[in-house]
Amino acid sequence: MGDKPLFGPLELMIPAGSWTCLLGPSGVGKSTMLRLIAGLEIGGRFDGTITASDGASLTDRIAYMAQDDLLFPWLDIMGNATLGARMRGEKPDRERAARLIEQVGLTPYAAQKPATLSGGQRQRAALVRTMMEDRPIILLDEPFSALDARTRAEMQELAADLLTDRTVLLVTHDPAEAARLGTTLHILDEGGLTTLPAPPTPPVREIDAQETLACQARLFRALRASPEAA
Amino acid sequence: MTRRWIGPVAATVVALTVWQMIVWLADTPAFILPGPLRVAEALWRDAEIIAENTMITFVEILLGLVIGAALGISTAIHLSLSPTARTFILPVLVFSQAIPVFALAPVLTLWFGYGLLPKVIMAVLIVYFPVASAFYDGLAGTPRGLIDLARVMGASRTRIMTRVQIPAALPSLATGLRLAAVYAPIGAVIGEWVGASRGLGYLMIYANGRSKIDLMFAALFVLAIMTVLLRALIDLICTRFLSRWTGETTRPEGL
Repeated sequence: MGDKPLFGPLELMIPAGSWTCLLGPSGVGKSTMLRLIAGLEIGGRFDGTITASDGASLTDRIAYMAQDDLLFPWLDIMGNATLGARMRGEKPDRERAARLIEQVGLTPYAAQKPATLSGGQRQRAALVRTMMEDRPIILLDEPFSALDARTRAEMQELAADLLTDRTVLLVTHDPAEAARLGTTLHILDEGGLTTLPAPPTPPVREIDAQETLACQARLFRALRASPEAA
Repeated sequence: MTRRWIGPVAATVVALTVWQMIVWLADTPAFILPGPLRVAEALWRDAEIIAENTMITFVEILLGLVIGAALGISTAIHLSLSPTARTFILPVLVFSQAIPVFALAPVLTLWFGYGLLPKVIMAVLIVYFPVASAFYDGLAGTPRGLIDLARVMGASRTRIMTRVQIPAALPSLATGLRLAAVYAPIGAVIGEWVGASRGLGYLMIYANGRSKIDLMFAALFVLAIMTVLLRALIDLICTRFLSRWTGETTRPEGL
């Protein structure tokens, strides 16, 4: 990273209990921001504070899901779903895991290793693992980017359904995704952070609804207008 | 199943035939180059002596392999856990590899006598590095994302090691162990060459000194077979164990 600052002074407010989308071109530090909130190494220096409105620590209140499904190849889907408990040395709640696995339609694959599943199925398994954590704050780092259009739409609906009322920060570079899912929309680019209005309807919105398309166009124009494109 | 054996068996038959032809055509005396028939005869005639000495060498190899692998594994884990250990031990480890283990054999005999111990130490020394370095590379190469995920889930440093890094590094460890299975006999035999009264290495030196070249070849043959079997055994254990861990051997990329 050198001495070059990745992003200048900025402030990001993430309202509790709803989906916040963070859009922007690659390399502006969206993922870094997410890693900071998650308390992970960023390979650089961070001057600032991350606080929750209730004043409590963020540690142990966050679940994290990335573009790479991060399923452990040597564990079956059930093992991956109950990974969190395993990692903390707790007793895994297999019944709850089985219910969630059923909810995402993976019951026939519960005893299989991730390598035997398709990309969409693997991402659904990762979603179950994220749900099993049962944390109030969910960080999603482009979780659906690698999926085909149909699977992506299905995953967006599934995730929105399972993660209602959670505080979600979704990092994405897809304006359509943000327009469907976001209650609060931010664009991060070289110029800093810009907030854009979200459609008035509650998420998850239809892909072809008038207000979704209008919002998508607004986001797209804002992204194109960023200094890099100029 | 039969297909797999045709190639090696045919190659062996051809090699033995060529060998026997050379001996017949060049009419080499048996104390310079005995033919395979002569070696087979020696193998049969001196079966008891060869078996006795094989057992000795086998015990040395096995002890060397187990102790060397255990030391290599624990070194790799320590190196991976502690940056201090990496700073101080890693250079020493690399430097130690610049010393040919063979050069140490006489000193080991001087210090520990003619018994089992110096041979086991030789095998340990020769096994240690490939296991430590392969396993350490595997631990260090654990996908970053898996470790990050475990960390966000609240896993302790120890659990990240035992539940994420070690399982992820098992294929690398298997590579190191397969190498070790081939290296360990070299260590033990060199130890026996330098100073021993028993073992296959000793038998070779003894036979050579008495112009019993057929016996020398017979001992060499048994040593080679033992090494091949040992490697096959380790291979079998590793494959069985790994397939239980990973299910599939390959994982489709980009999905």
